[in-house]
Amino acid sequence: MVLLEAIILAVLAASTPLLIAATGELVTERAGVLNLGVEGMMIVGAACGFGGAWLSGSIIVGAVCGIIAGTAMSLIFAAMTLGLAVNQVATGLALTILGIGLSGLIGSRFVGEKITPAPHLNIPGLTDIPFAGRILFGQNGFVYLSLALVVGVWWFLYKTRAGLILRAVGDNHVSAHALGYPVLKIRMLAVMFGGACAGLAGAYLPLAYTPFFIPGMTAGRGWIALALVVFSSWLPGRLVIGAYLFGAVTILQLHAQGAGFGIPSQFMSAMPYLATVIVLVLISRARTGGSTAPAALGTVFVPDR
Amino acid sequence: MQLVLEKRAERSNTIALVSPLIAIGLTIVTMSILFVILGKNPISALGVYFIDPLTDSYSLQEIAVKATPLVMIAIGLSLCYLANAWNIGAEGQFLIGAVAGSWLAVKTQGTDAGYWVMPAMLLLGAIGGALYALIPAICKVKFGASEILTSLMLVYVADLFLDYLVRGPWRDPAGFNFPTTAEFDPVATVPVLIEGGRLHLGAIITLAVVAAGAVLLGRTIKGFEIRVVGAAPRAARFGGFNSNQLILLTFAISGALAGLAGIIEVAGPVGHLQPGISPGYGFTAIIVAFLGRLNPVGILIAGLFLALTFIGGEQAQIAMKIPLDVTKVFQGILLFYVLACDSLILYRFRLISSSPKVPRGAA
Repeated sequence: MVLLEAIILAVLAASTPLLIAATGELVTERAGVLNLGVEGMMIVGAACGFGGAWLSGSIIVGAVCGIIAGTAMSLIFAAMTLGLAVNQVATGLALTILGIGLSGLIGSRFVGEKITPAPHLNIPGLTDIPFAGRILFGQNGFVYLSLALVVGVWWFLYKTRAGLILRAVGDNHVSAHALGYPVLKIRMLAVMFGGACAGLAGAYLPLAYTPFFIPGMTAGRGWIALALVVFSSWLPGRLVIGAYLFGAVTILQLHAQGAGFGIPSQFMSAMPYLATVIVLVLISRARTGGSTAPAALGTVFVPDR
Repeated sequence: MQLVLEKRAERSNTIALVSPLIAIGLTIVTMSILFVILGKNPISALGVYFIDPLTDSYSLQEIAVKATPLVMIAIGLSLCYLANAWNIGAEGQFLIGAVAGSWLAVKTQGTDAGYWVMPAMLLLGAIGGALYALIPAICKVKFGASEILTSLMLVYVADLFLDYLVRGPWRDPAGFNFPTTAEFDPVATVPVLIEGGRLHLGAIITLAVVAAGAVLLGRTIKGFEIRVVGAAPRAARFGGFNSNQLILLTFAISGALAGLAGIIEVAGPVGHLQPGISPGYGFTAIIVAFLGRLNPVGILIAGLFLALTFIGGEQAQIAMKIPLDVTKVFQGILLFYVLACDSLILYRFRLISSSPKVPRGAA
């Protein structure tokens, strides 16, 4: 039971950044924009988030710095793809390359520094309940925030008029434009939301997961978040399942490495990446016939005058 | 008044010609600002970056050595991108090519194998890279899985696999536990062109690849098919071109070239297999492909230019203590400007009054 509790706690901790980043990207893609720069926005969010927290001594300031950094990165993407009608795939790659360089530049002065990680919730009585107590009532703020974010996004997309318009823009930008909705403005807001989430997800890593910053610490999590959006069929509910499944794969391979079944550690470390490939194949195969992707995903829109 | 983007009646050839130069100019301006922020003199920093490497023969050779893999990979990637197939895992194909070729070098180590070893290694490297690139291509064609994500994921897998080999079965027993294979035998090494220099046979092979790429794209039906499938998928369907087959073909070619670049790098300048054989060649080659506007000759020039930034970056680190990450920032900014300027080939900005126009005759 103690081991199981430890595993569940570790899975939640490993899944949270995936869930936050993927939720943001889901909204971006629902508006019809494919931002492949999640990894770049995350890593800049990680560097700025750690920098903010280290300089100010406050986790909240750090998280806000991460959000601002991610949003700023996403604005470059928006200017390019929405303002200049540049290919979204190429721009997303450029954003990732730029982000990796920038984070190294910003983060170099923080390498080797440590901060006190984000505190865990502690409600006397509830948190002390055996097994379930720490899982339900003993997490750090990011974990609760990530779940609130998914619920909020679900509510926004399916229960509000604005969400309906956003989905319409993502499915058919020509019709939405003809109806008088400002397609590019709505898309810009969606891209910014995606950037803010990616920045927050990146900031989570040095603020709550490991209390220090190392260059390249996102290690492909941004790309896995992109794969999760495909896995979820662009549905927020399935995103939660997907994120926790991937977190579980990450943690299980770590435990397997610890147990040492005689399998080289590199093979275990490759598991999350291989799992992503396999899941993408299975999910895409199951879906042959009708795609659930937003119909206008990744296409350029230049309004007629 | 409002600034809006509108489609040009036809593509602007003037802008197509000058846009890479505008992009480089804008990048240099942006970099100067960055140098000022970092507290360095921008004029001398730019001098170290772009002028100094051109003034001594050692650096000139180094530029050619760095450009060799960049150009070779970028030629393959340009075929993919022209066909609208997004291979972004060239880094992984580069590593697997290096591993596949090194296998022969490790197996023939210390034996009296003849001069067939090096050519066979290059062939194995190309085959290894091609097969590795076919994984995402087949996943795309058979199951519809996004080739962008799968090819990228396989980069991490390749990196870990290489790491396992050089720390495990292939580690040099006399290597003081360093994660590396033994130095390759002379017959398993790509020869240098000038005695005592660094420039190697790979540079010649790269030039041949550039020429082959130009012929393929400019003079053959397959090259035409590749361009049509990317530029006008509907027309290609009516023309009876098989886009799935072209995805497989372009991925296989780009994988083979990346793999070849990988084994040449290992059997040439590096001399043994170890982690970190690539400073991100597979990713930088994406920039090279776009800066060279997916044209073989353009890619050759773009590759030399980006190789210059690698060498300049190293020298700037030594001479002016400018962090190496500046080079990556530089490359990222450059790609942004290239893409932005390219957009102006097809679109233009226009100032219009913000009150909506009433079409003539509508009232």
